[in-house]
Amino acid sequence: MKNAEEIFEILKRQFDDAIIGIDKDTPTEPIINVDPLQIHKVGAYLRETDELKFDSLMCLSGVDDANGTKVKDAEGYEFIQGGTLSVYYNLHSVELKHKITLKVSTPREDAKVESVENVWKTADWHEREAYDLVGIVFLNHPDLRRILMPYDWADGSHPLRKDYKNPEFYQGMKVPY
Amino acid sequence: MGLLDKEFSDGNILIANVEDLLNWARLSSVWQLGFGLACCAIEMMATSMSHYDFDRFGVIPRNTPRQADAIIISGTVTLKMATRIKRLYEQMPDPKYIISMGSCSNCGGPYWEHGYHVLKGIDRVIPVDVYVPGCPPRPEALLEGLMKLQDKIRNESLRTKSA
Repeated sequence: MKNAEEIFEILKRQFDDAIIGIDKDTPTEPIINVDPLQIHKVGAYLRETDELKFDSLMCLSGVDDANGTKVKDAEGYEFIQGGTLSVYYNLHSVELKHKITLKVSTPREDAKVESVENVWKTADWHEREAYDLVGIVFLNHPDLRRILMPYDWADGSHPLRKDYKNPEFYQGMKVPY
Repeated sequence: MGLLDKEFSDGNILIANVEDLLNWARLSSVWQLGFGLACCAIEMMATSMSHYDFDRFGVIPRNTPRQADAIIISGTVTLKMATRIKRLYEQMPDPKYIISMGSCSNCGGPYWEHGYHVLKGIDRVIPVDVYVPGCPPRPEALLEGLMKLQDKIRNESLRTKSA
């Protein structure tokens, strides 16, 4: 059983620049920041190493950090420009009984994160959900389709973005109240 | 006088208005599509169990829309589901009736403002005969709704479909 700082040290030794830092000033558990394009390698290492053995991905969540600047378009509609979208990975080792939280941040306008579906099969549908609702593209995902919204929902329309605007109509049905 | 005592004295001949007879037959055997969406569906299932006994009104769940007379929209209708409900409705043979059960299918319910995925009322897609309010409605309320539907069918005319 290892705590977050020990795990961070192990990862830092192994990956160096792929591990961006550790954020201890959080209300719950410390969060390790990882490079979004190397998360699959970090994940595979966390899973396979004898002293870590993170065999369970408890949750994977897409988050809109909404830390960009608010801009108004020609019609007066306010949207967010710049800033980041994030993905949180909550890992657990059933055998060693320790937990860790990883986070990757990626630019809002070009949100690309490597898929960890190869490492934990659970990530398949979780990543589809994050893609569907927040609009994060997972590279090398085998089947990146919408999972909750209809397949013919407008491209680039992701409901859990903080600047999301609901369409007036979907297939001839009025959407707003 | 009454139908039952005449039945034997008049050699099994009944005299009735065709409209009344057809309406009586229809309202006494409203076969519903076995279809449920959310927590309202749990109340609907409770209504069809022995305690409330939907069957005493002639309501039997059917597993295909082609054999169903009525559909109870029991729960939150997402936009994705609305397209499917429309297709189910179109597969049902006439005469067909719709009971909208609960706040969600009446008007969107608690999702009326921020539910980006919820249809704000099933009557935007298919014509509703009876609205049953509640969140979810008690089985008694659903039975009341069914009896309202029966009243509606009882007064139907062959020439014009009113329900």
